[in-house]
Amino acid sequence: MIKARVTVTLKNGVLDPQGKAIEGALGTLGFDGVGHVRQGKVFDIELESADRAKAEADLKAMCDKLLANTVIENYTVSIT
Amino acid sequence: MKSAVILLPGLNRDRDMIAALTKIGGKAPVTVWQTDTDIPDVDLIVIPGGFSYGDYLRCGAIAARMPVMRAVAEKAAKGVTVMGVCNGFQILLEAGLLPGALMRNASLKFVCREVKLEVANAGTRFTSRYEKGQVIRCPIAHHDGNYFADEATLARIEGEGQVAFRYAEGTNPNGSLNDIAGIVNTEGNVLGMMPHPENLIEEAHGGTDGRALFEAALGRAA
Repeated sequence: MIKARVTVTLKNGVLDPQGKAIEGALGTLGFDGVGHVRQGKVFDIELESADRAKAEADLKAMCDKLLANTVIENYTVSIT
Repeated sequence: MKSAVILLPGLNRDRDMIAALTKIGGKAPVTVWQTDTDIPDVDLIVIPGGFSYGDYLRCGAIAARMPVMRAVAEKAAKGVTVMGVCNGFQILLEAGLLPGALMRNASLKFVCREVKLEVANAGTRFTSRYEKGQVIRCPIAHHDGNYFADEATLARIEGEGQVAFRYAEGTNPNGSLNDIAGIVNTEGNVLGMMPHPENLIEEAHGGTDGRALFEAALGRAA
C-alpha cells in the first residue's frame, strides 16, 4: 500500500481572509513577529497499488479533478 | 416554456426556486436528481442555492462532480439556458462552466441582507428586461461569495461584457473583485449569480425586482 500526502495551498496573489484572521489571532495571543499566514488543506490518502509512478499520476489527476481548484490553488503530492 | 430544477442533497432554496418558476412561468418545473444522467428537453435549467454536500472540500466542489452536472454541461454546450443562484453559481464555477472562483467573504461573516445590484450588461438573455445601469434590489445570503479571477480572466470577462450584475452603491457585501455579483459565459447562455432574485418576485416578498430576470430567461425560452 502507498500512503500519500497532498497539500493544497492558495496561489500567490489570491487573498486569504481566513489566513489574515489567524494572523491577527496569533498576534492577539502575544506571538510577536508573525509574518503572513496562509491557510491550506492537507489530505492523507491511502492507495492500494504498489506502483509509485502510477500512484503519483493518479494523485495528480485527483488534484486536478477534485482536490484542488486550480483557479485559486496550487498542490503538491508526496508519497511516503 | 419548460424549465428544470436540479436537486442535490444540502440545497435548501429549491422550493423557493420552484415557486418562482411556477408563478412566473405558469408551469411547475421538472426536478432532476443528482444521479440522473438525462435532463428532459427543457428551455431553462436552474441550479438553486443552499449548501450542497455541506460545503465540504469547497463550496459546490462535490456537487459539480455529480453525474447530473455532466448532463447540465452537455445541455449548456447545446445552447440551453442555464442559471445558477448562490450555491448554484458556486457549482457552475466548480464545474468549469463559468470562469473564476468564489471564496470566503472578506468579512469572514455569513451575510444575509438586501443589496443593490447594477445591471452591468442588459444585452444578455437573462437581463434583457432591465435597462443597462438600472439599479435593482436583491436579497443575498451567503458565506462564500467573494468573486475572484486572475487578472487576465478578469480583463477578458470585463472586455467581453460577461459581467451581468455588480453590487451597486457601496453594497459589495463580500469583497468581490470589481463588485461582481453575477457573470455569464462567453456564449451568454449560462448565468451564475450570488444574490437571490427568486426571493423578490411578488409583493409578499416586499418587492418584485427579481421578476424581470425570470421573465427574460423564461421568455426567451418560450
